[in-house]
Amino acid sequence: MTVDLAPPPVVVTAPLREPDPARLAAAHGLSASGVRPPLPEYVRQLWARRHFVVAYATSRLTAMYATAKLGQAWQVMTPLLNAGVYYLVFGLLLGTSHGIAHYIPYLCTGVFVFNFTQSSALSGTRAISDNLGLIRVLHFPRACLPIAVTLIQLQQLLFSMGVLGAIVLACGVPLTAHWLLAVPALLLQCVFNAGMALALARIGAKVTDVAQLLPFLLRTWMYFCGIFYDLRVFTAHAPHWVAAVLEANPGLVYLALTRYALIDTVTARSLPAHVWPLALGWAVVMGVGGFVFFWKAEEQYGRG
Amino acid sequence: MAERQQGTERVPTVIVDDLHIVYRVHGAGSGKGSATAALSRIVQRKTSPNVREVHAVRGVSFVAYRGEAVGLIGSNGSGKSTMLRAIAGLLPPERGRVYTDGQPSLLGVNAALMNDLTGERNVILGGLAMGMSNSEIREKCQDIVDFSGINEKGDFISLPMRTYSSGMAARLRFSIAAAKQHDVLMIDEALATGDRAFQRRSEARIRQLRAEAGTVFLVSHNNKSIRDTCDRVLWLEKGELWMDGPTEEVLEAYEEHTGGK
Repeated sequence: MTVDLAPPPVVVTAPLREPDPARLAAAHGLSASGVRPPLPEYVRQLWARRHFVVAYATSRLTAMYATAKLGQAWQVMTPLLNAGVYYLVFGLLLGTSHGIAHYIPYLCTGVFVFNFTQSSALSGTRAISDNLGLIRVLHFPRACLPIAVTLIQLQQLLFSMGVLGAIVLACGVPLTAHWLLAVPALLLQCVFNAGMALALARIGAKVTDVAQLLPFLLRTWMYFCGIFYDLRVFTAHAPHWVAAVLEANPGLVYLALTRYALIDTVTARSLPAHVWPLALGWAVVMGVGGFVFFWKAEEQYGRG
Repeated sequence: MAERQQGTERVPTVIVDDLHIVYRVHGAGSGKGSATAALSRIVQRKTSPNVREVHAVRGVSFVAYRGEAVGLIGSNGSGKSTMLRAIAGLLPPERGRVYTDGQPSLLGVNAALMNDLTGERNVILGGLAMGMSNSEIREKCQDIVDFSGINEKGDFISLPMRTYSSGMAARLRFSIAAAKQHDVLMIDEALATGDRAFQRRSEARIRQLRAEAGTVFLVSHNNKSIRDTCDRVLWLEKGELWMDGPTEEVLEAYEEHTGGK
């Protein structure tokens, strides 16, 4: 079928141009398509899709290791192997464990908790671009995707926490009611991570280069969070403000709180100053800020 | 056109007012941009020469009414699918406005659901994403699977979607989208992929959706399926609306223009 795009044929019916389309639309209760809903309405839509978010996260999680022979065993093996590698390098080869009682629980808590933030950030960046197919067909608040991505990481964290509990007990740390403090700490971290995933999802959807750059930024951040060593050893001789900035960084705050909850030799004195207000503040600022930032570009996702 | 169907008051469901859509395509230039040039562009806040603008829809206006089935025809690349995506609110317009009654749903062939998940999971996730409740989708799940006919040749619904043939996947997608009551349903070439039996089933479903007071848009290169389902046809070419009228009139002109049937 060759189409010769000659001059247009006689238009049988002139395209109907309503004298006032906006008024006609208003008269019949039609709403403009592809326009970002106001924030309260957006939150309501998001709440209405909560089942979708949970079902999406669960299905993704089960599909994640579906092609691996060992299947779901990887949920537990991945954190274990991670901790093993870091123990080999930092505990045995470099010997940074000096002065830290219960080094293995200390290290594993750090690795698992920071990994939650790290992987939320990484998968948040790809939340939009990985799901373009879904976005271009179905209409739902796009914030579902970064939130679902965080939820997937949270589910993985819970597996890691099970492993961690076993490691900590095996190392002779007693199980006390103090462990319950880990619940609010991780919940706040989860809100922080969701906000960060939302913010990064918008940036990653617009500037695709971010996905290449982010792993380096995250690795740098990891070394500033005192996962393998007590950060104080390094900040002792640094100017006061450097120590204050490092201690207030959210990566360290949530990590310190979880360690404080689980390990009896980590005392309240070793925590950064004002640690609970800091944890709450970071969660609120990042959670709300990230959500609003993401919502501002709602109608732009999936373009092109 | 406004003279047709006088008598009963016609309720508009889609109003498209002077719609313009522009795509910005990255990496379409010479393809040899050096890193330093890119950096200086970022610093000077200039747009990259590698970004090309494609004006896909140019000033289209029309009104569609409740109970209408509207066919969209035109050669490849004439802007049919782009316009549907704009009506569905999935592409923001450059200029102009689209007003719709409720949330229109777009159903396309190339639309991938989640290929690594099983068909059943896709049914449930698709339903939930369309805004069904948990109990509603569980109730309808079996109907959707039956309608798609995926299980006619064995238990395929519990296999990942990447194992499906393109026809099977398209059938499942259509079945998911058609399970919901839509005010405005847009179908992009979906009927072309299924086998004859499934085509008949889906045509019946489209008629049912229209009877339930919805509006259906159908993009197709198969003039027969347009004749079978539509009572009004829009002819798009180069992003412009060339003709808008009753099916027979427009199709005759189109067939004459494209050189026979």
